[in-house]
Amino acid sequence: MTIAIPAERHGLTEDEYRAIVARLGREPNDVELGMFGAMWSEHCAYKHSRALLSGLPTSGSRVLVGPGENAGALDIGHGLAVVFKAESHNHPSAVEPYQGAATGVGGIIRDIFTMGARPLALGNSLRFGPFEADGQTDGATATRNRYLFDGVVAGIAGYGNCIGIPDVAGEVVFDAGYSGNPLVNALCLGVARHDEITLARAGGAGNALLLVGATTGRDGIQGASFASATLGEAAEREERRPAVQVGNPFLEKLLMEACLELAGSDAVVAMQDLGAAGLTCALAEVSARGGVGAEVDLDLVPRREGGMAPYEVLLSESQERMLIVVRAGRESEVQSVFERYDLHAVRIGQVIEEPVVRCSARGERVCDVPGAALADEAPRYVLPAVPPADLDALRSVDLEPLATRQPSVDVLLELLGSPNLCSRRSIWRRYDHMNGTNTLVGPGAGDAALLRIKGTPMAIALTLDGPSPARLGALDPRLAAASAVLEAATNVAAAGARPIGITNCLNLGSPESPAGYWRLSEVVAGLADACDALHIPIVSGNVSLYNETPDGPIPPTPVVGMVGLLDDRSTAVGMVWTAGDELWLIGEPADDGQALAGSELAWRRGVHGGAPRLDLDTGARTVELVSALARDGLLRAAHDVSGGGPAVALARMAIAANSGATAVLGGSSAAWFGERAGRVLVAASADAAGEVTARAAGTGVPAWRIGAAGGPSLMLDGLEVGVADLRLAWERPL
Amino acid sequence: MIAPRVSVVVFPGTWSERDFAHAAGVLGWEARLVWHAETDLGAPDAVVLPGGFAHGDHLRTGAIARFSPVMRAVEAFAADGGPVLGSCNGFQVLCEAGMLPGVLLRNDHLEFRCDWQWLRVDAPTGPWLGGLAAGDLLRLPISHGEGRYHADEATLDALEAADRVALRYVTADGTVSAEANPNGSARGIAGVTNERGNVLGLMPHPERAAEREIGGIDGLRMLRSLERWLADQPAVAERRL
Repeated sequence: MTIAIPAERHGLTEDEYRAIVARLGREPNDVELGMFGAMWSEHCAYKHSRALLSGLPTSGSRVLVGPGENAGALDIGHGLAVVFKAESHNHPSAVEPYQGAATGVGGIIRDIFTMGARPLALGNSLRFGPFEADGQTDGATATRNRYLFDGVVAGIAGYGNCIGIPDVAGEVVFDAGYSGNPLVNALCLGVARHDEITLARAGGAGNALLLVGATTGRDGIQGASFASATLGEAAEREERRPAVQVGNPFLEKLLMEACLELAGSDAVVAMQDLGAAGLTCALAEVSARGGVGAEVDLDLVPRREGGMAPYEVLLSESQERMLIVVRAGRESEVQSVFERYDLHAVRIGQVIEEPVVRCSARGERVCDVPGAALADEAPRYVLPAVPPADLDALRSVDLEPLATRQPSVDVLLELLGSPNLCSRRSIWRRYDHMNGTNTLVGPGAGDAALLRIKGTPMAIALTLDGPSPARLGALDPRLAAASAVLEAATNVAAAGARPIGITNCLNLGSPESPAGYWRLSEVVAGLADACDALHIPIVSGNVSLYNETPDGPIPPTPVVGMVGLLDDRSTAVGMVWTAGDELWLIGEPADDGQALAGSELAWRRGVHGGAPRLDLDTGARTVELVSALARDGLLRAAHDVSGGGPAVALARMAIAANSGATAVLGGSSAAWFGERAGRVLVAASADAAGEVTARAAGTGVPAWRIGAAGGPSLMLDGLEVGVADLRLAWERPL
Repeated sequence: MIAPRVSVVVFPGTWSERDFAHAAGVLGWEARLVWHAETDLGAPDAVVLPGGFAHGDHLRTGAIARFSPVMRAVEAFAADGGPVLGSCNGFQVLCEAGMLPGVLLRNDHLEFRCDWQWLRVDAPTGPWLGGLAAGDLLRLPISHGEGRYHADEATLDALEAADRVALRYVTADGTVSAEANPNGSARGIAGVTNERGNVLGLMPHPERAAEREIGGIDGLRMLRSLERWLADQPAVAERRL
């Protein structure tokens, strides 16, 4: 009989199998092959992205922990750090939306408290196909899109509300490109004292390995390799349901409280949560990071069902579990904390000097492989990158006819009430966004959420943003990534804060085609462009590839989670202007046709093309100027210009203030509805007007005084619409 | 003022205890967190059962929490006339424990709801609302999936007749209406008291409205009632001497 070990079943290629044989100096056994299959999956090993990601800017004076740990950490002063990360849970959510989204939230929360930080806030960035059937979307697909949306929102709410962490920031975009492959990116941010930060590096031979939290079952086996393959036809997707984990937020709440009680204790050497590839990944990463090994008796792992094979125990992705490395002799001290919360904390093995993961079951050795081989030595692929064949045609679409069209109040109301721009209240009121009593500005109330840090004068600004305009990925993936960073930074600045760092989720299709790899490399390059221009480090992140269905890949969707800092939260800026305030539009001019490339207006009119551009240098200076104006108390209100352009931004401010304004934008559709990122609308009192103008001139940032606030209606270029009508349109239920 | 000493019970799965402790600090009160497995409340002036998902709300909201050891002490404290406040999940626990009438069912629209909500004070008596006046409006956060107050008609009539409907969901102008009701509660009921008036259960979160920068201080206005009530209790003053 020929070798029946189907490397392919584990998602490994023949070459990869040979590399494993060469590394081990022997054939791997079934269990080991399964471990390599999971650890060398795209999801765990970043085979196609790691070479590209290595060029990203990750350092800065505030960076305490950069990429490579469970989450990144930034110094915010007062001896405190913010710890944050975003992660995607797209594939599970496409198959089982409630549990897929819920466990995405649970997983990212674990990443934060594993670092010793108490989670302070959640956020999420979502993409779905449209709910309405049209030329691009048939009825059944539209119905399924709605089903996925309802399930995802309920899953996020179900997990976050129960565990008690407020969900304060988010965004959702609807586009036919996400039908069948929704995106669910979840972010968690926590705060820790510097001395509480706990890393995931084992050390000290003889130290104990404790497995804590939930029991181990057969759920989520091969979840990592599932997440690293293209989603198949609908029927096939249903078959993958068992690869989706089931969440238990109550259990995680107990786990979180117990772990936080232990954070900072010198009995704990390291903590690592069990996520993708379960125990295998935790053992491999903790030992590889620490340059040591792990010896484990799998018989000691508490199970929730009988008859589990060693392979299943090692690769189960049962949720709400942690691996804790405890100093030898201190086990009972740590165990007693978990016992109080009725949680298992079972010693399953110990740290050994030899850098291998060695497990036994029923007295027999079942695996013996170098942790580094699993964790760090997956092949890195650099593939040929070629832009898609239709790109030139897409980019040469002429936007001038649309751009020069006379804008109207009707179009403004249409955009305000469109699924992509209307109020998100029906979503966020299902999330507890006030728990913890730190929410100064919650969802819907500003460009970024603001959270106070109790016991200090500080506040943290938090925002999640995809490309701006939202469809930029289809036209220019590099600019799409850069625009996501710039959009996030303008949001943070408009709230009055200074951007200090980002996390990201890069959502793309398969990298294994030249066009797919080109999109990935362009997105990573764009991320670097913007972070360099803004001097912002990336401290954590994730890449989600293979987001495609038989109909094709999703549009490249880089999502950025940005944290901003307000040293003194009394200088925070809201969206509410006061009658008599003068209004400015600050940032790069954008009344040309290309400002409509990828915009909501263009997409709704079927103009799916164009060659967008963005001046990152001006964008960065705009961010700096707005932050400085806010810090010095010169702004009464600010709001970034994004979906729907300046006209929609003004309408949003008018709705927030319940007061109108008169402004001159320039009379073209491009001037009203152009969505080029990096622009901010600001309101200042007449007294401050001179200073605002002078500061803008001093920094060389273009700034136009476009009008003044006041009155019951919004008057744009002489066209009038009542604030009540704007509100009615915007509050249209999703 | 005698700074009240409040024991806030912590069940596995609750989360508002920390927010209550913070609000207590704003008020200048002393708050002590008491784990559910304890049997001694520590001689407090008042007891708070906070919001959250006690025991994961498994089976039914509050159904398992009533069996936690600490509940015997809470019952004894209440039977002795001590002020007990149950907010959100705490209200659900009090109902399950039989310390308050009625039950809290799934919101009629089946969704979790977190928002600011107007409440009208209909029974301004006792330790928790005695500092307010009938018809006073409070703007407080709500955050629950199972807050639909339900009891049979006779019970509801009796509660109203005895002035035990403490708070109702209203519009900004103080009107009870379907539009103002966030969860389908019977007769717009947001909070009720026990017969003696020392135990109040309410779905809203007064601890989340204790500072202007997080949206308002109506929660403080309500909680301050306790200070006044305690000042009128000779037993409390005696205890402190």
